Amino acid sequence: MEIPENVKKRLSIPFEENFFAGHTACQGCGAALGLRYVLKAYGKKTILAIPACCSTIIAGPWPYSAINANLFHTAFETTGAVISGIEAALKAKGYKVKGEDGVMVVGWAGDGGTADIGLQALSGFLERGHDALYIMYDNEAYMNTGIQRSSSTPYGAWTTNTPGGKKHFVEKRHKKKVIDIVIAHKIPYAATASIAFPEDFIRKLKKAQKIPGPSFIQLFAPCPTGWRSPTDKSIELARLAVQTAYFPLFEYENGKYKINMPNPKKEPKPIEEFLKLQGRFKYMTKEDIQILQEWVLKEWEELKKKAEIFG
Amino acid sequence: MPKKVVSGNYAAAYAAKHARVEVVAAYPITPQTSIIEKIAEFIANGEAEIQYVPVESEHSAMAACIGAAATGARAFTATSAQGLALMHEMLHWASGARLPVVMVDVNRAMAPPWSVWDDQTDSLSQRDTGWMQFYAENNQEVYDGVLMAFKIAETVNLPAMIVESAFILSHTYDIVDMPPQEEIDEFLPPRKPLYTLTDFDNPIAVGALGTPADYYEFRYKIEKAMEEARKVIKEVGKEFGERFGRDYSQMIELYKTDDAEFIFMGMGSLMGTVKEAVDLLRKEGYKVGAAKVRWFRPFPKKELYELAKNVEGIAVLDRNFSFGQEGILFNEAKGVLYNTDAHPIMKNYIVGLGGRDFTVSDIKIIAKNMKEIIEKGKLDREIEWYHLKR
Ligand SMILES: Cc1ncc(C[n+]2csc(CCOP(=O)(O)OP(=O)(O)O)c2C)c(N)n1
Ligand code: SF4
Repeated sequence: MEIPENVKKRLSIPFEENFFAGHTACQGCGAALGLRYVLKAYGKKTILAIPACCSTIIAGPWPYSAINANLFHTAFETTGAVISGIEAALKAKGYKVKGEDGVMVVGWAGDGGTADIGLQALSGFLERGHDALYIMYDNEAYMNTGIQRSSSTPYGAWTTNTPGGKKHFVEKRHKKKVIDIVIAHKIPYAATASIAFPEDFIRKLKKAQKIPGPSFIQLFAPCPTGWRSPTDKSIELARLAVQTAYFPLFEYENGKYKINMPNPKKEPKPIEEFLKLQGRFKYMTKEDIQILQEWVLKEWEELKKKAEIFG
Repeated sequence: MPKKVVSGNYAAAYAAKHARVEVVAAYPITPQTSIIEKIAEFIANGEAEIQYVPVESEHSAMAACIGAAATGARAFTATSAQGLALMHEMLHWASGARLPVVMVDVNRAMAPPWSVWDDQTDSLSQRDTGWMQFYAENNQEVYDGVLMAFKIAETVNLPAMIVESAFILSHTYDIVDMPPQEEIDEFLPPRKPLYTLTDFDNPIAVGALGTPADYYEFRYKIEKAMEEARKVIKEVGKEFGERFGRDYSQMIELYKTDDAEFIFMGMGSLMGTVKEAVDLLRKEGYKVGAAKVRWFRPFPKKELYELAKNVEGIAVLDRNFSFGQEGILFNEAKGVLYNTDAHPIMKNYIVGLGGRDFTVSDIKIIAKNMKEIIEKGKLDREIEWYHLKR
């Protein structure tokens, strides 16, 4: 269907499509949707770097690519470094980088490739101040290798190397707050985003494009395969993660925090609402749920305080 | 011609500058550090326009060079020992993505125990990464090697490593002849990449999943490029000679081998000592020569055969060791000759590991030993740890 120009202009999400059907993601994959939004926001004048993760497979095997932008598949832990090199080369060659008419260099990596093995390269990239964007799509585990924990896996989650069993062995460590580590680098722009709030995500992508220097977005991206959740519940799960304050939406811009919740005054929903749709939390006891709930609210209060003080 | 008295490391830095590299990403490690410091100085003084990325590790240095090269830039880095080992994964990435990154490796022994001195095991451990490897005998060869490496690498689309020895070259000053920039520019024009990530109307994906239906052919093409490199190395080496007066058309440099009864074979700076020893031994009546293997990858198989068929013995001097087997050059050389009619007596001398001094008098002792072996027609032992304290 051809959409008339005047309608297109009114759409808050760009009409342009640069992530094609035929990609190889599972049904309901949050990461695939996220990648689609990134390419909608930036169009073809983008150079993507994707390390080992589900997305490198989603993009398609040689000689195919579902992504209508230049794409460099790189090694697992190198996203921060490889986008640094791409940016440096663009500058050496006289290209305008970032800004509305510049080339967008985007690293697109999973939580494992970011919070764990790639943390060093991410830190280097942030600290050196390259004009590029690093997006960590957070599906809270290593999905590509078959659902193993990452340091971004939440308390109480089953994974294949933190399985539930007779001795009740599930993940007993809380989710690492990667974004706080990123912000500690005092970069100009960092934000969280969710595939359930695409307008907010696109707005943040556009902002990241305008602000010179390194930017970082942590995108919440449900994974039905790894979360043992119904494939048609991914958006709902992503929305509940925000509504329960499990994954709050906020921005950090030049020292200032801003919370962007859909309904800021509303109290967070109970964490059970987020948990109960997913098989990965089925080993949790009541006490476990309580522990997670308390952690979520404590983190949420902390964030609100930051927004108050550094708003 | 302009001449400068520089260290091996400065020779490398000047060569990178004269090659008009566009991106340098590097991480310091002794004894490589002064290469990247010198390049930073060139930039600071406005002598070179280079994007310099001071990365947080060698693994990232190579990753950044790879990103830069994929974007079309001429990319350079330098490292040594542990740094090279940390890069290992990315060395495969550079060759697999067919990117002509050029790197100088300052040969240093691997820890533990910690050692900063000369040893070839670091670079030879990277044998199977699809990188070309050139071993420099002196500072001039470091300089010339870097310039040639870019031209060769960019012709065959494979990365190349120039290897110089720790301290013996890296920190020792010597006269290096550096041609005028215009002449270098003629020899080495701007890079014409095989592909770049900057054609935004016709985007490409590099390094995607290669299924069993295709992966095999990707490997074969790397091997084809290595085969092509043999030819290109000789052509570029010859052109270099015609332009600048130093000929590198031989992948193995032969020194007084024509009438030699037996020869010493090795790589890198120790071959300077060997050549001197050959002169002295000849005065003492030994009919000896030296064969300096310049390019270890691609390996000069034909040249080795031509040489081996006319001598009775080869003493292979390895400043490296493959545990559980033997010296690496020895291993390679024996392998090449197996299916040929050239069967000189070959003995492996493990020398100079971790910077142990290796002198002319050592070579004289080895010569005596070789002579005895040839006269008896039988090896005393195949591998000798020459310096071992007993
Ligand atoms: C050096 C290295 N170690 C391990 C792997 C195996 N590996 C590939 S993808 C992956 C997990 C990726 O997890 P994440 O970054 O969270 O992305 P996801 O798969 O969840 O999309 C691992 C461990 C690898 N490719 N490279
Ligand atoms: S395993 Fe999860 S992240 Fe990976 S493709 Fe499937 S749904 Fe997406």
